[in-house]
Amino acid sequence: MITALLVMAGIAIVLGAALGYAAIRFRVEGDPLVEKIDAILPQTQCGQCGFPGCKPYAQAIANGEADINQCPPGGDEGVRKLADLLGREFKPLSEEHGIEKPKAVAVIDEQTCIGCTLCIQACPVDAIVGAAKQMHTVVEPLCTGCELCVAPCPVDCIAMVPIAETVQTWKWKYPVVEIRKAA
Amino acid sequence: MIHSPYVRKQVSVQRTMGLVLLALLPAIALYAWKIGTGILVSLALATLTALAAEALVLALRKRPVGIALGDLSAVVTAWLVALSLPAIAPWWLTVAAVLVAIVAVKHIYGGLGQNPFNPAMVAYCTMIVAFPALMSQWPAAGALDFDTQLGLILGSARELDAITGATALDALRTGLRADGASVQSVLQGPAFGMAGGREWEWVGLGYLAGGALLLATRIITWHMPAAFLGTLVVVSGLFWLIAPGQFASPLFHLASGGTLLAAFFIITDPVSGATTPRGKLVFAAGIALIVWLIRSFGAYPDGIAFAVLLMNMCVPLLDMKTQPRVFGHRNEAGESVRTGERRP
Amino acid sequence: MIGRLFKFHGGIKPAAHKDESAKAPIRRAPLPARLIVPLRQSTRATATCIVEIGQKVLKGQCIGEPEGFLGTAVHAPTSGTVVDIAPHTMAHASALQTRCVVIEPDGEERWIEHAPFDYHGASRDESLAWLRACGIVGMGGATFPSHVKLGKGAGIETLILNGGECEPWITCDDRLMRERAADILAGAVILRELIGAREMVVGIEDNKPEAIAAMQDAAAASGHGVRIVPIPSLYPAGGEKQLIRVLTGIEIPYGKLGGDYGVQCFNVGTAHAVYRAIAHGEPLLSRIVTLTGNVEDAGNWEVLIGTPIEELLQLARPKPDTDRSIMGGPMMGFALPRLDVPIVKGSNCIISASPTLFPPPPPEQPCIRCTECAKACPAELQPFELYWFGRSKNFGKAQEYNLFDCIECGCCAYVCPSHIPLVDYFRFSKSEIWARERDKSAADQARERFEFRNFRQEREKAEKAAKLAAKAAETRAKLAEGGEAPAPKTAAEPGEDPKKALIAAALARAQAQKAEVKPQNTDNLSADKLAEIADIEARRLAAAVTAPAADATPGADTPAATVAVDAESRN
Repeated sequence: MITALLVMAGIAIVLGAALGYAAIRFRVEGDPLVEKIDAILPQTQCGQCGFPGCKPYAQAIANGEADINQCPPGGDEGVRKLADLLGREFKPLSEEHGIEKPKAVAVIDEQTCIGCTLCIQACPVDAIVGAAKQMHTVVEPLCTGCELCVAPCPVDCIAMVPIAETVQTWKWKYPVVEIRKAA
Repeated sequence: MIHSPYVRKQVSVQRTMGLVLLALLPAIALYAWKIGTGILVSLALATLTALAAEALVLALRKRPVGIALGDLSAVVTAWLVALSLPAIAPWWLTVAAVLVAIVAVKHIYGGLGQNPFNPAMVAYCTMIVAFPALMSQWPAAGALDFDTQLGLILGSARELDAITGATALDALRTGLRADGASVQSVLQGPAFGMAGGREWEWVGLGYLAGGALLLATRIITWHMPAAFLGTLVVVSGLFWLIAPGQFASPLFHLASGGTLLAAFFIITDPVSGATTPRGKLVFAAGIALIVWLIRSFGAYPDGIAFAVLLMNMCVPLLDMKTQPRVFGHRNEAGESVRTGERRP
Repeated sequence: MIGRLFKFHGGIKPAAHKDESAKAPIRRAPLPARLIVPLRQSTRATATCIVEIGQKVLKGQCIGEPEGFLGTAVHAPTSGTVVDIAPHTMAHASALQTRCVVIEPDGEERWIEHAPFDYHGASRDESLAWLRACGIVGMGGATFPSHVKLGKGAGIETLILNGGECEPWITCDDRLMRERAADILAGAVILRELIGAREMVVGIEDNKPEAIAAMQDAAAASGHGVRIVPIPSLYPAGGEKQLIRVLTGIEIPYGKLGGDYGVQCFNVGTAHAVYRAIAHGEPLLSRIVTLTGNVEDAGNWEVLIGTPIEELLQLARPKPDTDRSIMGGPMMGFALPRLDVPIVKGSNCIISASPTLFPPPPPEQPCIRCTECAKACPAELQPFELYWFGRSKNFGKAQEYNLFDCIECGCCAYVCPSHIPLVDYFRFSKSEIWARERDKSAADQARERFEFRNFRQEREKAEKAAKLAAKAAETRAKLAEGGEAPAPKTAAEPGEDPKKALIAAALARAQAQKAEVKPQNTDNLSADKLAEIADIEARRLAAAVTAPAADATPGADTPAATVAVDAESRN
């Protein structure tokens, strides 16, 4: 009787120690779910989801505070990926947060710009260069197309220009399967 | 918009399936001549059922019927089912088997090219589990005239014991188990011919000829038949040499049951089989091993159907683990590729 | 390895159709009414235009300066007038546009001064720069800049000349080898010296016996120890990797170049262009183009770069039932989106197609996993697996199964009994994967910059707070000293109107300022104009510079040079 108890207790202690060791040895740093969600988000940092940037939105999704269909730049495909990752049902983009648009970059009309620096402060990725009372310009490859600089401009000199397709970015289409209808 | 390549070889699924049907003809002719003409009735019945079932399912699935019926794949399945079942099986058995193959195995998984299991073999297994008695009554070679066979198929005559016999494999098993006789003495019985079942050797030769045609037209590769027959010979030969009284000879294994039909027509089904060269070898060898085990130790007349299904289950794993080396990539040992490479 | 040939896996033998166009000798195409010369002539690089509308140009005059590592120069193919510089549809499946210089020939074919280049007396780098300035790119179709391929000077043992030409219908290399074998070999010898290769092999498919004979005669005459090796005709034996494999046994994996393995491969057409560039000082202005297919008069023509294809096609007299034109061969070529696109340096063949010659594929049927495609694949892939993955957009898995090792040769689609357009799926998968990778790197960059901005804002806030605290402490200290507290400023409530007025004033000021500044249109000037400007600016600067500075620098060279550099970098 006592032997059995001792054996059981011994096993419990050994397993407990193993589990405890494993918890320390294989501890996961940070919250991997937030990172995974953040990796799917397009990093436009546009705030259309209602959060100040993609990371906060990812955090909110992970905490269950936000839905997965609030990111217009990510589009339906982004929602689908999030649904896959989180094991949820796909749902179409919520319209109150905006619609999916073709990718665009901000372009400053340099003749109209008065150099007020408001757009520079608004840009979430520091893609606008310029100084006070100097003309500003957008560094095109860095622009995420978030449109956050458009509203603050006092002279409305910023336009969103869709990115033109080049040979490098041109894509082959999905092969169309031609099914000849029988009769 | 059509993109390159703009030229194509004159091949089609229809041609492939048609060649398979053509390759089956010698065996069917010998079957009808040596065993019984009832097989022709079974084949016709199976073909009609298969085409009707295929058309119906395609219409239900809202797919174009004409092209899919024309590809002849349903006919191939039907013929293989009919050749696997006893030639004097009642008509409803054949119809049910074909329906299982076409509807439950092929179309429920998404139609041609999608089924993970061999349709003909699933049909055979279903029937042998559901109707074991009917499935073990084969016509004794040449014993029945056409009218009797037709009567048996249409269900008007069911006086079986006198006119039908077990297959060679069944007879051997029963002989060894029940009577405790040795292989040699059992093989003296009336069911046996020179190598396998009496007169069935001829049908086997027909399959062999058809297999040669498929190999010559490059419809199948040598991998599967070679690995299947080779493994069967090696394994059965080994045990036969150790205990010739308890185990049948390799020749007997080759010539009896569905060995040759399976080697060239059943296991070579591209849809449900392994696809890589090494995968094909392992796949076929695995089937041979299971066949020998079931024949030697199991309770069923022939183990090919179960063996094929068991190995079908392994196909995704086999394919994944036997992916061939890609041009320019190093082999698994991480050494240089092929001959002639110079160190960068 | 002498004499021994190696095999590659798979391959197909489509009907060759070489006789139609191989019989007639190369003819010179007449001058077209206009030449449309794209500034983008090599992979991934567009030249900078250095001519203006209305400018007269001479034959061989440089009209596009090479830009970037992969850039090569572009030249006027004949003498005439630049009538337009505008976007024009490219010879590419995308039908996108690129900047082109449109030249109206004057019919005089007046050459710019040119002289042979003494590559023995020049350094290797100078020779490569010369080839780059002559606009030499790979003529087999890929238009990869030759100076880049030659760039790796050391460690190349074998130079391979590609006379494979394995695609059906095309015969331009065949005719070139028959008629200009000596020139090709002379170019090859130059290439061998530049690259420092020990041996040189020319691989020619054995369905071109005349070309083999001509090259063998020329090789014997030249005495340079060139081996002419007939190789079995098996598509795609003329693919660079396959040819290297056949001739040397070496397999070049995806992402590696021949140079990494001690071999380098050039097309025979490229060798010919190199010979013209070095021995005659002629830039690459024309190429041999096969016109064949559904035509009355198939043959090979020497065509100026920039010749519009619709004009060129008339030379071969297409039959009335021609429904489209294919650039390149039927295995890897593409149907031209429009016929007004020009011939470029990589255009080896234009096939007139008709529904009878190239019938549309029968309807696609389900894949039955027959593995015919795997048997035919020269890259030893499993195309049907890649097809399943591409179809279901499972791109990660497709990459795992080495999608990018696919050379898009079309063998799999050629043999497929289910008539599946396999290559279309692979091209689709590849471009999707590339697009995703671009998106991902852009997203990563944006994330990093966003995080840094947040960090910077936090830091600035902290610094400001610290500064304010220090200031407050100071005032408190002053207060403690006994000074009077300064009256808090009453912030003037800025109403809406004054703010708007302020903005309007600022806008007016900024525009006035901009109106004063004269625009400096130095972007589109020729090199000598730029130098002139630099000179003037230098003089102005020198005059403004104070005496001690002028003393410190002996001569006015240094500031002038800096300004010149400035002007260039601004450009």
